[in-house]
Amino acid sequence: MAERTPAAARLFAIVLLAGLALVPLLAAWLGQPFWVTLFTRILIFALAAMGLNLVLGFGAMVSFGHAMYLGIGAYAVGILSYHGVDNGLVQLMVALVVGAVVALAVGAICLRTSGMAFIMITLAFAQMLYFLAVSLREYGGDDGMQLKGRSLLGPLDLNNSTVLYYLAYALVLLVLFAFWRLVHARFGMVLRGCRSNPRRMAAMGFPTLRYKLSAYVISALVCVLAGMLMANLTRFVAPSYMAWTVSGELIVMTVLGGLGTLIGPIAGATALLLVEEALSSLKLGIPWLDTVINQHWLALIGIFIVLVVLVLKQGIYGWLVAKKP
Amino acid sequence: MNHLEVNGLVKRFGGLLATDHVDLALARGEIHAVIGPNGAGKTTLINQLSGEILPDAGRIVFDGQDLTGLPPHRRAMAGLGRSFQITSVFNDFTVLQNAALAVQAHAGHSFRFWRPAAAERELTEPALAALAQVGLAERAHTPVSVLAHGERRQLEIAMVLATGAKCLLLDEPMAGMSPTESEAVVALLRKLKGEHTILLVEHDMDAVFALADRVTVLVYGRPIASGTPEQIRNHPEVREAYLGEEAH
Repeated sequence: MAERTPAAARLFAIVLLAGLALVPLLAAWLGQPFWVTLFTRILIFALAAMGLNLVLGFGAMVSFGHAMYLGIGAYAVGILSYHGVDNGLVQLMVALVVGAVVALAVGAICLRTSGMAFIMITLAFAQMLYFLAVSLREYGGDDGMQLKGRSLLGPLDLNNSTVLYYLAYALVLLVLFAFWRLVHARFGMVLRGCRSNPRRMAAMGFPTLRYKLSAYVISALVCVLAGMLMANLTRFVAPSYMAWTVSGELIVMTVLGGLGTLIGPIAGATALLLVEEALSSLKLGIPWLDTVINQHWLALIGIFIVLVVLVLKQGIYGWLVAKKP
Repeated sequence: MNHLEVNGLVKRFGGLLATDHVDLALARGEIHAVIGPNGAGKTTLINQLSGEILPDAGRIVFDGQDLTGLPPHRRAMAGLGRSFQITSVFNDFTVLQNAALAVQAHAGHSFRFWRPAAAERELTEPALAALAQVGLAERAHTPVSVLAHGERRQLEIAMVLATGAKCLLLDEPMAGMSPTESEAVVALLRKLKGEHTILLVEHDMDAVFALADRVTVLVYGRPIASGTPEQIRNHPEVREAYLGEEAH
């Protein structure tokens, strides 16, 4: 494989983040307000994928149930708003507390297993929560429910889509910075050590479970934040937010961007959702081809993922940071 | 009081007696070598001492504390450090990061999320000292993935030292080393003797007889003889069962 300098990776990160910062301006300039919504969605998934990446990429814990935390964030906003509590900070507190309690309990059980068992048990918990949401008739059950309004957050008017966009953007930057510190600090070294050689970690004296559990909870809370933004973006919550396919999509985004890299999940979420959008609404002007593509875009995305994973083994961003062996 | 004491240790894998009533007593500061042919259960013994597998019977007492049922990390925290026969390091870290992580295990908790570990001299200085002891200081910033085999074996030892363990369980530390590298390890172990209690599993008989205060011979999991190197060298059963023609 060709040698890439980390400088290229840094440039990529700066261009990506700067590009994302300019989206609302470009959208206004080009008269494409839909872009703001699309890219808010991208940022929200980027945030969730970053959260997942902490356990998946840095800790080698393949959680197949992280959509459940998106759901917890979304339902915290939805249910509180249904009962007239639309103060964003109150919603945030409740969402984080519920998310932390659930993640602690689920993590404490799941982390006693590893490998395939871990994947399956995280999936099982997510499905439990999914069906719990389906059973909540009061809150729309299977159909979900419309929110009366977006969260109230002091001077920030989230009904303004640009404000919501930049709130999501700021959270992405904040988590990015915090994780950058974290993975190089003692905690991150332990987490990466557990990924690389858990046996040695124990032999050296690390009680690895408590560190992995903490990483799992932090990772879950980032997804809870993403879920809260999602409910605000769509003004709608439904069990489908925690469908297992969403957990799968988060894994795909993380792997696509580059496992265990900080920027990777942002790159992966952007790439996947943009390709999805492009393929599902493509108009080439050739009617039969457009129909085929618009109807079978999911299959085409499959091909896209296979190509990226085969050609760029460490994902889009991982390929850029890869150093000479 | 003995530093490490093992009484009546038994481990069965199905019908196989991998450890057959092993008793060991290591006085503080001595090197106790465990030798035996391949498959004699030497690594299985170390795995039981380090806690990776639990014995079916018997007791392990270290520093007056019964470790028998404790998980590996608790034993490491008690001061019992082990090295691995098959080099077991962190391949995506540098040499220094490997050693620093070993120091970190014994430098308070790791719920520190902000300050880069590489900037903590509390971690890097003892790590560099451990690397210097095995002669790897100059390679500190080299990624482990590009180290030569001998250097990886040296790192393996440095990581045990970096944990600050008082008792070292060394599983064939010289396996696959060049004669020069082996000599360096022999010199190092001689220096460590006295400060550290060492259980040495090793195939290199010259090294064993040069270093050990006591030698135990395992055959099919059973200790057939235990004594000073001189006694072992002249033990008829040992000569027959193990040393065979190798004995000079």
